[in-house]
Amino acid sequence: MAAGGGGCPAGGNDFQWCFSQVKGAIDEDVAEADIISTVEFNYSGDLLATGDKGGRVVIFQREQENKSRPHSRGEYNVYSTFQSHEPEFDYLKSLEIEEKINKIRWLPQQNAAHFLLSTNDKTIKLWKISERDKRAEGYNLKDEDGRLRDPFRITALRVPILKPMDLMVEASPRRIFANAHTYHINSISVNSDHETYLSADDLRINLWHLEITDRSFNIVDIKPANMEELTEVITAAEFHPHQCNVFVYSSSKGTIRLCDMRSSALCDRHSKFFEEPEDPSSRSFFSEIISSISDVKFSHSGRYMMTRDYLSVKVWDLNMESRPVETHQVHEYLRSKLCSLYENDCIFDKFECCWNGSDSAIMTGSYNNFFRMFDRDTRRDVTLEASRESSKPRASLKPRKVCTGGKRRKDEISVDSLDFNKKILHTAWHPVDNVIAVAATNNLYIFQDKIN
Amino acid sequence: MSAEVPEAASAEEQKSEHNMLPWSLQPSIPNSLEEMEDKVTSPEKAEEAKLKARYPHLGQKPGGSDFLRKRLQKGQKYFDSGDYNMAKAKMKNKQLPTAAPDKTEVTGDHIPTPQDLPQRKPSLVASKLAG
Repeated sequence: MAAGGGGCPAGGNDFQWCFSQVKGAIDEDVAEADIISTVEFNYSGDLLATGDKGGRVVIFQREQENKSRPHSRGEYNVYSTFQSHEPEFDYLKSLEIEEKINKIRWLPQQNAAHFLLSTNDKTIKLWKISERDKRAEGYNLKDEDGRLRDPFRITALRVPILKPMDLMVEASPRRIFANAHTYHINSISVNSDHETYLSADDLRINLWHLEITDRSFNIVDIKPANMEELTEVITAAEFHPHQCNVFVYSSSKGTIRLCDMRSSALCDRHSKFFEEPEDPSSRSFFSEIISSISDVKFSHSGRYMMTRDYLSVKVWDLNMESRPVETHQVHEYLRSKLCSLYENDCIFDKFECCWNGSDSAIMTGSYNNFFRMFDRDTRRDVTLEASRESSKPRASLKPRKVCTGGKRRKDEISVDSLDFNKKILHTAWHPVDNVIAVAATNNLYIFQDKIN
Repeated sequence: MSAEVPEAASAEEQKSEHNMLPWSLQPSIPNSLEEMEDKVTSPEKAEEAKLKARYPHLGQKPGGSDFLRKRLQKGQKYFDSGDYNMAKAKMKNKQLPTAAPDKTEVTGDHIPTPQDLPQRKPSLVASKLAG
């Protein structure tokens, strides 16, 4: 288990990650609302969406290749921004409902407009993002400034003509899927049938049709009859990328259940149960907490799935339930810091993970604005940092190394010097190219592979 | 090597009296010489002992229902509209009390008013990512 990079300058897969862009304010004082809470590329990778704690969504669009400006090729610039969710207070239950965007998921593009689902703790919204670059002029019944004309004064008729206008990108909420979750929504996942999607909270998973907002089907319910008997909660859920009847959900006890919707209407009984056997003698107070899965993602191929727990990332073969086929240590040096991490609540941080387009590499975040990349083919891993210091255009990222022992080398950082407030919880990998988006608190970093 | 090839799991590497009990009945704090020896080799168990030393009353079942229920109750604020309206009606004949200069915990005997609850306003400012 290596804590840092190997001999290769920037990790396996012959990646040479370079800084491309950074978005967001530079100042040290971070407003709570500006903290990025989700990052997601769309299916083509041309659009990149972020959601924040203030309930806002910002969408970036990749610039097309332009001969006159060769360096702006592949740059992401603001395309649209809107307020998706607002804070609410449920007076009946004395519950404050945060506007924080927990997840954004894009729908596959079917026409000129783009659609995405965004959710906070309680309500999922379908947003339509469309372009308008033409405007009609020459109406009969109203003036150019919109004032209505007196119909009796009109002596001649004309046909309105379409004139080009400056591109305007509009976002409008098309569906609001509300009142289906008693607990807090942690996941949404669009089905491969492009008609349905699931939403999961701590105890239940619901199936929706994108066209129908007043009804949803409950497909998983793990709420015990007596809440005193509650031992685990649902932490993440996702539909299989190709099999529209299959989905998985992970739990706070480190287990994953695969369910087949063809077997029964209520999928409380799983079809497959994935759990790694544990040595009972190594069990500690922290064991269950650090085994809690914070994210589960299918590979693009649909053959594997990846889970993220506090200290590691595991790759599972869907055909083998008994144990993962790969385990990658993210920051094993934290195992001897669990007491402090429990006291400052960091042990409950929920890290996400992602695959690259070809499923040959995986990425996840850590502390001190570090993020880790694992090459599944070469078995090499690297630690990189998202920082303003290494933000020169096209500057290569230098691998970072955390020193665990006594002797610290010049460019290494000791475990005790790590900044646990600088967490990288959300990362995204372009579906095809080697472009990655890394959310560092209130800043969004975009890195590209030099060879790209 | 970052990827660990899974080996055949041996569930009972250390046969001892402790491992004969189902894990839920095993003590969570080291109280035997064997477990204390584990402390030296296992950083996790060392951290557990540290935590137990600081918080001796920490529950036996760490992942149990108390912990989970706290998670499920996220966002709970104490405001009873019935109490509030009753108090408002009573106060019509009395002098209105001045609002406390600092916002204190709103629970118990004090009837909370909407002014006591921290104001949640939507972000009127555009995201700095779009700037």
